[in-house]
Amino acid sequence: MTEVNLTVNGRRVRRDVPDAMLLVEFLREELRLTGTHVGCDTSQCGACLVHLDGRAVKSCATLAAQASGGTVVTIEGIAGDELHPMQKAFNDHHGLQCGYCTPGMVMSGIDMVKRYRAAGRELTEAAIRAELEGNICRCTGYHNIVRSIRAAAAEM
Amino acid sequence: MSENGIGKPVKRREDRRFLTGRGRYTDDLRMENQAYAAFVRSPHAHARVSGIDAAAALEQEGVIRVLTGPELVADGIGNIITGWAITSKDGAPMKVGDWSALATDRVRYVGDAVAVVIAETRQGARNAAELVEVSYEELPAVARGDRALQPGAPQLHDVAPGNLVFDWEIGDAAATDAALAAAATVVELSLENNRLAPNAMEPRSAVAVHDPAEDHYTLYTTSQNPHVARLVLSAFYQVAPEHKLRVVAPDVGGGFGSKIYIYPEEITCLWAAMKTGRSVKWTSERNEAFMTDAHGRDHVTTARMGFDEGGRITGFKVETIANLGAYCSLFATATPTYLYATLLSGQYDIPAIHANVKAAYSNTVPVDAYRGAGRPEATYLVERMMTTAARQMGMEEAELRRRNFIQSFPHQTPVIMCYDAGDFPGNLDKAMAAADVAGFPARRAEAAARGMLRGLGYSCYIEACGIAPSKAVGALGAGVGLWESAEMRVNPVGTIEILTGSHSHGQGHETTFAQIVADRFGVPIESISILHGDTDKVQFGMGTYGSRSGAVGMSAIVRAMDKVEAKVRRIAAHLLDGAPEDIVIEDGQARLPGTNRSLAWHEIGLAAYTAHDLPEGMEPGLKETAFYDPVNFTFPAGTYICEVEVDPQTGVVRIVQFTAADDFGTVINPMIVEGQVHGGVAQGIGQALLEQVVYDEAGQLLTGSYMDYCMPRADDVPFYTITHNATVCPGNPLGMKGCGEAGAIGSPPAVINAVTDAIGTNDLSMPATPMKVWQALAGARAPAAAE
Amino acid sequence: MYPVTYHRPASVEEALHLLAEEEEAMALAGGQTLLPTMKQHLAAPSALVDLAACGLSGIRAEGGGLVIGAMTTHAEIAASAEVAAHLPVLGLVAAGIGDPAVRHRGTIGGSVANNDPAADYPAALLALEARIETDRRVLAAEEFFEGLFATALEEGEIVTRIHLDPPKRAAYAKFPNPASRYALVGVMVAETAAGIRVAVTGAGEDGVFRHAGLEAALDAEFTPDAAAAVRVSPAGLAADLHASAAYRAHLIAVMAARAVAAC
Repeated sequence: MTEVNLTVNGRRVRRDVPDAMLLVEFLREELRLTGTHVGCDTSQCGACLVHLDGRAVKSCATLAAQASGGTVVTIEGIAGDELHPMQKAFNDHHGLQCGYCTPGMVMSGIDMVKRYRAAGRELTEAAIRAELEGNICRCTGYHNIVRSIRAAAAEM
Repeated sequence: MSENGIGKPVKRREDRRFLTGRGRYTDDLRMENQAYAAFVRSPHAHARVSGIDAAAALEQEGVIRVLTGPELVADGIGNIITGWAITSKDGAPMKVGDWSALATDRVRYVGDAVAVVIAETRQGARNAAELVEVSYEELPAVARGDRALQPGAPQLHDVAPGNLVFDWEIGDAAATDAALAAAATVVELSLENNRLAPNAMEPRSAVAVHDPAEDHYTLYTTSQNPHVARLVLSAFYQVAPEHKLRVVAPDVGGGFGSKIYIYPEEITCLWAAMKTGRSVKWTSERNEAFMTDAHGRDHVTTARMGFDEGGRITGFKVETIANLGAYCSLFATATPTYLYATLLSGQYDIPAIHANVKAAYSNTVPVDAYRGAGRPEATYLVERMMTTAARQMGMEEAELRRRNFIQSFPHQTPVIMCYDAGDFPGNLDKAMAAADVAGFPARRAEAAARGMLRGLGYSCYIEACGIAPSKAVGALGAGVGLWESAEMRVNPVGTIEILTGSHSHGQGHETTFAQIVADRFGVPIESISILHGDTDKVQFGMGTYGSRSGAVGMSAIVRAMDKVEAKVRRIAAHLLDGAPEDIVIEDGQARLPGTNRSLAWHEIGLAAYTAHDLPEGMEPGLKETAFYDPVNFTFPAGTYICEVEVDPQTGVVRIVQFTAADDFGTVINPMIVEGQVHGGVAQGIGQALLEQVVYDEAGQLLTGSYMDYCMPRADDVPFYTITHNATVCPGNPLGMKGCGEAGAIGSPPAVINAVTDAIGTNDLSMPATPMKVWQALAGARAPAAAE
Repeated sequence: MYPVTYHRPASVEEALHLLAEEEEAMALAGGQTLLPTMKQHLAAPSALVDLAACGLSGIRAEGGGLVIGAMTTHAEIAASAEVAAHLPVLGLVAAGIGDPAVRHRGTIGGSVANNDPAADYPAALLALEARIETDRRVLAAEEFFEGLFATALEEGEIVTRIHLDPPKRAAYAKFPNPASRYALVGVMVAETAAGIRVAVTGAGEDGVFRHAGLEAALDAEFTPDAAAAVRVSPAGLAADLHASAAYRAHLIAVMAARAVAAC
């Protein structure tokens, strides 16, 4: 067992968990934050995407122990009373259907907008599509996801 | 007219919970006393099971029980059924081999379940499953459907000699042969429809709960049709009687057909819950999904189409081998027959059609309906044939299609279907205009100047939705009726609950179903809730597949609304002192024209439930149920035009433009309908360019993860141009046709026709990977170079 | 995943001690390959020694070249001003590895030590004649990369730094596997002080390799056409679902030409 200390969505948590526990398992099973999903076992689908210390990471390819001491934000932690602009854009532009990949898409979208802004680069349609390489959606054909992220980028 | 009514792009009401991480999927649930299941699966494509030694697994800390097939059979758990009886052309019934949820003596595909480990933790169960020692005696295996039917092929089931499940035909063989013999031109085409893995992003999952006090079971599961699951689990698998079994399909993360079927894992979890006295959860991993979720397609076809001198089709002859995999899954037998060959007339007036379909067992995952189910296979064949014919005859391909379009309705095809409405030339015109076909030569020249090969491809698809009426499908062999039910409850405070037997796993029913209610009564959409997916709440339902939730599911709601409206009229007439037929219901009120008398919706509800002053003899309450059985299939149709650029150096295909002109009849929510088309088209592009399940000769699965099975990513697809052309469907009260599968049905031939146009050779199989395109180009230049 | 013991030592010395102590221990860098491999039960170390706190991150310019700590992530290299100034091609290579989330965790040291036959860095480092520093020695890339997932690293030896000198010119062209997005063929072309170097990843049956024919052709004439004209032999190239050896051979010349064009 290993002691994991994290700040998750602004709340400090401490748990003793098996060393082999993945961050996604820690979030889903220990904290019952089930908005972060698992859609593959090869870390390609991105349903498990969360922000660790301000960067998008795959929580299925990160041990809880590795993250210990860090700050995690999940899909449950981005909205206040109102939806985050990225969440709102997904609703406005029908960027989700079954909803399963959606948390990962939203977290990925926020991350890319922030990075491009910080680097002073324009988040074009082609850039959004390239940035989504690690997020797989089976429902939307990506059309409205790309539109949602583009719209949110203008609002964020 | 309500701002949230029919035809409005109302934003989805279900989105908020998904966007905030509060969706509730099966694996999100946690029960009291929950244990975890992990399956021991065959690593062999074909083998006898001569022994199972679970001793080492049972020694592991936290392992509760290891259960095997013989125990399951001894407990009277029935074999897995197939729901559609097909009769061979010689009159013989189809040959269905036994399929036990856990294999008893033989395994027939890699992934076939042999035993299950129940343990305290997910990882513990999985790790212990590896310690279950199964003794296998390997048998020769066959993975391809056509090879399985050849003499000397390894045999899967004793009841099915030669691995032949059925040898079925439809249409008039003599008339078709005569037509082809007399044809001015006969065009031949051989093709394969590649095997696909559905890949809903939520892996399948099941949580089974047994309450020994009541001897009652609850199954939470990733299902598109929980009532059918309950019926089958009860009537055929004898897991529990229907009134002692509740099936709940909570939020479900995509289905595409793969979550219609009742799988071994669900049966086993229920049984294991009873055996262990624990709640039992199983969640598939993605690699497990690749080797257990029903695959789709997998046809090998040769076809000949005859034309007269004027380019009019005279006959169409089709020979198809459908690979059904190791066992007959629930709709496996209907998919390559009544959902396939009945659409071989396409949008064309064809006097004679004959199709022969042989279904084969093979040592692969069972194949069943996957988005489109039979219609993509038919459309791919017909539309590749039309383009091939145009090329062979030197005709302009839009013109060849136009010359053969069915122009008047109803139109009876030679293969059962009677098309009720459509505007095929109109769809083609719209698509050609939106795709700027006129400007294509200039775009092609511009691409050539950059060293790129540009091509344009058409597909004029038609499909059949609803999978109904019950009487018709029953006559064709369906084991169930295919109607839908709905219940409308108006509460005393006027809020409305719609209970539907349809199931939403991405389709947005919580929005669109509410729209038709808001539209009808003018009540605020916020006052309407849509309930589905729980057999304890909804009395019965047939679920969501075959693009049936609109045409059949919403029609049932309309019928329930009709009944509620009739009662509201009587109540209002009574209280407002008028005649029921004079009452006008709009804006959430019932009013009597010519007076200032009206009742608000909540006043009507209150009157119905207080029952202080109802018409003589009227029952209190305001709740009505309807079962709707349609009069015909519905026939969505349209034209898709794909434009591609091929890099001749690498064979990479880029889709530069994809244009759809769909006729779905009445559209309730255009935003959602377009979303359905986007997703369907992406899956069709996936089939055409990227996706294929591959087995090696020995039946080993080579595409067992996303490392090798290529899922469409955002940069593989373009923005799509979607247009609509609406002819109202006369067969249901809303005039709807269904939009869920069209994109996946219509798009693959458009893509392949475009790629073959670009590279100038017609011979190219799906998926048209860069290597295959490069080989086709190299082959066209110098045949030996492509080796 | 099988049970495993996790350690996060605070120094290289401590890490080496932990690795030496336990026979089945493995060093954990970003974990972007190792953890998925462990999840699939394809690797089962008894212990993981996380190098995150060993002070192995960071990029510094030194003597006209760059020294990159083994735990520096792909994202950091892609975004680094030092890399952009001294070795922009490396930033472009890093920016094309995996996806954004993988780049946030995956490290150059982990990639190099793993020597995946379809990884990008091995080709880059081989062509750029990088020197790979470990806890005990410095190896030329040529000596370091030995074959499929095989390197010159001894038991318990860890990569600590990568040393790179700027080439006169260099570019990398990758043809991704459509499914995995790893390199189906990746070609790094560089002109270094020692001459033209062409390193190929994704294609070799035995991992990353230099292509003498392309090097000779480009040495004679450094143009895309010169590269494209080279007949690459399919002998020794990998063949799988996605690409035959012949297709890979063809792509090597095409990607080499594209890399030259981008130089």
